[in-house]
Amino acid sequence: MIGATDRSTPGTMRRLAGWLDRHARVRLAMLLAAPMGWLVLAYLGSLVLLFVNAFWSRDAFTGLVERQFTPDNFIEIFTNPLYRNVTLRTFGMAVAVTLTCAVIAFPIAYYMARVASPRTRGLLAVAVVMPLWASYLVKAYTWRLILSNDGVLNWLLEPLGLRGPGLGESVVGLWLVFTYLWLPYMILPLYAGLERIPHSLLEASADLGGRGWTTFRRVILPLVVPALVAGSIFTFSLTLGDYIAPSLITTTQFIGNLIFLNFGVPDLPFAAALSLVPLAIVVLYLLVARRLGAFEAL
Amino acid sequence: MDRPARIVLRLATVAVLLFIYAPLTLVIVYAFNRSGTSAWPPAGLTLDWFADAIANAGLRQALLTSIGVALGATTIALVLGTLASLAVARHRFFGRETISFVVIFPIALPGIVTGMALSTTFATTGLPLGLVAIIVGHATFSIVLVYNNVIARLRRMARSLEEASSDLGADSWQTFRFVTFPTIRTALLAGGLLAFALSFDEVIVTLFTAGGLKTLPIWIFESFRLARQVSLVNVAGLVAILLSVIPVYVASRLTQGSGGVTGGRT
Repeated sequence: MIGATDRSTPGTMRRLAGWLDRHARVRLAMLLAAPMGWLVLAYLGSLVLLFVNAFWSRDAFTGLVERQFTPDNFIEIFTNPLYRNVTLRTFGMAVAVTLTCAVIAFPIAYYMARVASPRTRGLLAVAVVMPLWASYLVKAYTWRLILSNDGVLNWLLEPLGLRGPGLGESVVGLWLVFTYLWLPYMILPLYAGLERIPHSLLEASADLGGRGWTTFRRVILPLVVPALVAGSIFTFSLTLGDYIAPSLITTTQFIGNLIFLNFGVPDLPFAAALSLVPLAIVVLYLLVARRLGAFEAL
Repeated sequence: MDRPARIVLRLATVAVLLFIYAPLTLVIVYAFNRSGTSAWPPAGLTLDWFADAIANAGLRQALLTSIGVALGATTIALVLGTLASLAVARHRFFGRETISFVVIFPIALPGIVTGMALSTTFATTGLPLGLVAIIVGHATFSIVLVYNNVIARLRRMARSLEEASSDLGADSWQTFRFVTFPTIRTALLAGGLLAFALSFDEVIVTLFTAGGLKTLPIWIFESFRLARQVSLVNVAGLVAILLSVIPVYVASRLTQGSGGVTGGRT
């Protein structure tokens, strides 16, 4: 069949393919040129320009970007308490959301990995994955409806004499929304990590007298640390880089809001300098995560 | 495991699923809610908002823009992701391990950093923001979805098939066309569907590169502020969810158990 099709497509293409067969290096170069060219130019190049922009400034009168090196943006970020507070607040939120996700994800991940039948397991995996892909924006917006004064949450809490956190200054609602949005990112790696633990280890622990809690603390937990860290990369990075959910749910500002605000002014150099803050935090976090073996668990 | 522990785990699982699905159910209810406000419980059900949504030119245009962007980004991601995965799966070379890292980078970093990086690049080089800029951004972080799906398939595919092909005299193009491509076809389709879904509802990077152009998520985002539009937003939201979830569901059927759908996204 191949021969038959081949005779009808003569010439250049075949000769080129034949020549490439004899030159594996050239073939490799041709495979890599486009994707690596794209990623290096469009992405790494952009990151370099972002870094360069952070050291430029904006002329207060003309609004134009002055392409001259100045550390002013960073001096402002490090000395103005506003930016320190917002950075700490954002970081604290990322930590709180990550911990909450881990606690909520554990039981369902454990159930999926070690209790459910293979059929249920498959269904649960799909049930957890699908919402992850449902429009992020719509999910965040729906929480705005839920948390609003006349929304579902207050309707549910009213008979108990309670009220929800609302959409004002409180960051409790945002904490809830972030937890909701990123939860599947924690469940999935945790589920995979728990599934990989050999059953014999749990039996050995039980044989040696380890009760449920002891086995959990001394056998299971240490073994799923890489999976937990892998999940936390998502919950952490996504929280740091979000400005939509904060703007929808609370009047309190997070670092993403400030970046987007300065982008809109437009003061691109200052926005660039500000966006290096979450970038630096995430890169540091990734380095720690790699030491903890999280990359193998991704 | 003892019986009480099982029951507790089962209850916790049900509770988490309720937590995940209750808000999604609300999206559906609100799209049919007669009152057109956020007030709960709904005042009754109606199909009127769907008629309004179809009649709204801005919304229709935004939907078309989103589909165009997603198709463009998906095409680029398919080509670049496949090339990179073929290089890594079929060749040994210095820096091979770095490729996976570089490919995943755009999606691992916070979206706001990617958005800022792209928009400063367009501003610094004087290139205009808009359709092309959005597609460039989306394609960049969609490459990893195609790459992960195709490379997983290539690693499971027996090398002997390709070796047999070349032993029988096929050149590398013929081997790709008649042996490799049919094997990775469904992985390509799955990767493409995921890229489409991701592009279709991306908003964090898009707002930085759109320069006034409205994709569906941007239209939704800007309409939040307009009280009159709440009911339209609810309908658009339902459409947005369906148009991203359906491709992902199909993709998960195509890659049964290879884990391609669970790859990270931002």
